[in-house]
Amino acid sequence: MLLIACPYCGESRPEAEFRYGGEAHLARTPDSLDDDGWTGFLYARGNPKGLHFERWRHIHGCGRFFNAVRHTVTDKFVTTYPAGEGRPDLSSPEFAEKVAEASR
Amino acid sequence: MTEASPVLPPRADALAMIAAATPPLPAAELRTLDNECARFVFRGREAAIGPAGEACGVALPRARGAYGEVRNRRAIWLGPDEWLLIAAGEAPEGIAAAIEAATAGVPHSLVDVSHRQLCIEVSGPAAATVLAAGCPLDLSPAAFPVGTATRTVLAKAEIVLARTGPDVFHIEVWRSFSAYVWHYLDEARREFRAG
Repeated sequence: MLLIACPYCGESRPEAEFRYGGEAHLARTPDSLDDDGWTGFLYARGNPKGLHFERWRHIHGCGRFFNAVRHTVTDKFVTTYPAGEGRPDLSSPEFAEKVAEASR
Repeated sequence: MTEASPVLPPRADALAMIAAATPPLPAAELRTLDNECARFVFRGREAAIGPAGEACGVALPRARGAYGEVRNRRAIWLGPDEWLLIAAGEAPEGIAAAIEAATAGVPHSLVDVSHRQLCIEVSGPAAATVLAAGCPLDLSPAAFPVGTATRTVLAKAEIVLARTGPDVFHIEVWRSFSAYVWHYLDEARREFRAG
């Protein structure tokens, strides 16, 4: 079982308390979208092999949505951060070690 | 909701028959309690939190995973803006009126969930071990000390788990899950039966 650090609870909690919420940072801009744009917004996802920005919800805990960076091969988390914050800069020295660890 | 439900028994009786048929086991005793009490879920932003706590008689804890207790009333932190309020042996109307009066004009929500859930107490030296059969949290005294409460899971049921003593846990569980949780815990503690 994964241990996931909820940014609101401030500690690592067991995966069973969480629900996965799909890719994060999808901008909803209905006014500027044609049919192809809508199709992309609704259905097209990155599905990367590697680091993935994604949403999680601590549904059986504090109930909050937050975002996480997870490596889709190793299942290791680089970081978690509250919903609404921008993407963390993974190239910064702060994350260097964690990114390397998650990729191993 | 004052009329008796044709499907579910009155809440105080929902577990009574099962509990009465369960033999005692001092290593991890199970019992139902506080089932005629008022329960609320309160949600609100900064301006509403203080007044609601004052009206409730117990300040809403701001530390994650904490609960506050004054006499028969308890306030459990569920999330950054969400608390579970429990008043044992009281009717909900008076408390609701007091909190509504104190938070008038301030955005908040106060939901009476008195009938939604029941409380099961697990007590005894093996209580934490029995809970660990279905709860993935670290229940050691260092990680989950007395005075801690959190929403979590027990097997397939969502519960609110509070440690009220070194060997005493309170489980708040939705009424329709209560028999499942009871039987699950009863099954988990079988290994502590002598002979």
